[in-house]
Amino acid sequence: MSNTNIVIATKKLTKQFGDFTAVDAITFEVYQGEIFGFLGANGAGKTTAMRMLCGLSKPTSGEATIAGFDIYKETERIKTKIGYMSQKFSLYEDLTIIENINFFGGIYGLPKAALKTRTEQLIHRLGLEAEANKLVGDLPLGWKQKLAFSVAILHEPSIVFLDEPTGGVDPITRRQFWDLIYQAAESGITIFVTTHYMDEAEYCNRVSMMVDGVIAALDTPTNLKKQFNAQTMDEVFHELARGAKRKSD
Amino acid sequence: MKQFYSFVRKEFYHVFRDNKTLLMLFGLPITQIVLFGFALSNEIKNSNIVICDYANDQASHEIIDRIAVSRNFDIKKMILSEDEIEATFKEGDVKLVLVFPNNLNQTLIHSKTAQIQIIADATDPNTASTLTAYIQAILNSYQADMGGANKPAVQIIPEIRMLYNPELKGATNFVPGVMALVLFLICVLMTSVSIVKEKETGTMEILLVSPMNPLTIIIAKATPYFVLSLINLTVILLMSIFLLDMPLNGSLALLYLVSSIFILCALAAGLLISNSTDSQQAAMLISLMGMLLPIMLFTGFLFPLENMPMPLQIFANIVPSKWYYIIVKSIMIKGLGIMPILKETLILTGMTLFLLLVSLKKFKIRLA
Repeated sequence: MSNTNIVIATKKLTKQFGDFTAVDAITFEVYQGEIFGFLGANGAGKTTAMRMLCGLSKPTSGEATIAGFDIYKETERIKTKIGYMSQKFSLYEDLTIIENINFFGGIYGLPKAALKTRTEQLIHRLGLEAEANKLVGDLPLGWKQKLAFSVAILHEPSIVFLDEPTGGVDPITRRQFWDLIYQAAESGITIFVTTHYMDEAEYCNRVSMMVDGVIAALDTPTNLKKQFNAQTMDEVFHELARGAKRKSD
Repeated sequence: MKQFYSFVRKEFYHVFRDNKTLLMLFGLPITQIVLFGFALSNEIKNSNIVICDYANDQASHEIIDRIAVSRNFDIKKMILSEDEIEATFKEGDVKLVLVFPNNLNQTLIHSKTAQIQIIADATDPNTASTLTAYIQAILNSYQADMGGANKPAVQIIPEIRMLYNPELKGATNFVPGVMALVLFLICVLMTSVSIVKEKETGTMEILLVSPMNPLTIIIAKATPYFVLSLINLTVILLMSIFLLDMPLNGSLALLYLVSSIFILCALAAGLLISNSTDSQQAAMLISLMGMLLPIMLFTGFLFPLENMPMPLQIFANIVPSKWYYIIVKSIMIKGLGIMPILKETLILTGMTLFLLLVSLKKFKIRLA
């Protein structure tokens, strides 16, 4: 990494639901412009951790800063700096592509002129000129996901959080989706992505593996494979997940 | 402000692109008004009546004329003898038979009193007693007119005046009730479903991650439904005034003001429901089943509250539509100003503020 500005820093970040500790004192840093893979089995706590970073869930204890802002005190500042794409498809299906873009541009307070040029760029980049005035609900899933990602970075955030963005999408579309992610990373946007496709883990600059609410390993894919003496990230994952006590659900 | 504007516009897209929502929004009030205004009236019109006129003199003719012009009765036929009465009722469509005795006019003039027999089909006791009451009213008016000419002195004729609704029209009672019912139900349903829908589809998360203030989200969410409800109110008012001959004796501005408070109250209730559930079906069920019955029962337009047991009467006080119903009747029918309905208005406002506070407080800024 040429650029080592820290954009996400957590220190012993913890989330408890009653007796259950979903996220157990995780500490890590993410650098500007990197693609940070956040991996783990279902139920390992990755979604909970991500929701805390986005301000959707209040941590039980620990510290964290996002783009230099404290997640307890400066949530409003953080919100303007981050983009978020959830597991569920999160655009309005009964609105057209243009209407969705205008809506999200509107709630992020983009000026009219900027919104107009960015909308044109976005439509052009995705090759959706012919569909611009069609309802989003009529688009194929792969296109929807690409559109959702593009809308999530419409306001040019410093970090975008992607929660299993490629679930249920075919391999070709996934590849195209990752092209979009690379483009965004090149423009300086930090990508924080959860996935359980291990081939996708290979695309990340660095990967963290969560097991039972703690970060069991964190390094580049190459180093991780070396460390666990494995050929693929899949093997690394199995090696780590074997020790898990929580049942995946 | 730009955020707010974008949001409201998006909300209108949702409403106008969903046929089901549109149907509910504008179809429901129209159906309700027509249903309650025409079909479910407790007034009995054009009931078949058969007359056996032994008298066949001036008095009986005058009474028969009055019955003939009454819109409550259709004279089906005249029969010549009491023997035919039994057969007449057996035909099934006759509810009432009237028998005038011989020499009715003479008897009336000489002894100042005479008897007329009214025979009713009491298989439906409510209908029977209502119909006999209509006949009695006709007889009373005849007596009064006779009395005016001859001054027969001793007879005491009770003069009954039906205040505010002299024709005893059903619509006068139902329309304010339907207004309360429809406005409240639609508002609660629309608000709760539209918010829960965002939770269900996952867009609520996106909204909460955005810099938009949660309070602004709620207000922007409610604004379109507030506006649509006012349009709804206008449709109901136009229909009831021009179609059902409802009077509007009081101030229109006051009516809209109070209705706005009532609509806000419903919006707040919808918000409260949306906080407590995550699925559209549940929200719909709670809004419809949970609200419909209490409103029907405790507003007072179907069943008089005065006849209910004490605990139910006390319970009715927490149903906002009860107060709105009283207010609407006072403004539209009695033409009262703000002072006489101040108590009811304040109660309604208090309820609205309470619901708004509770629901805004409960609205989760963070999802977990």
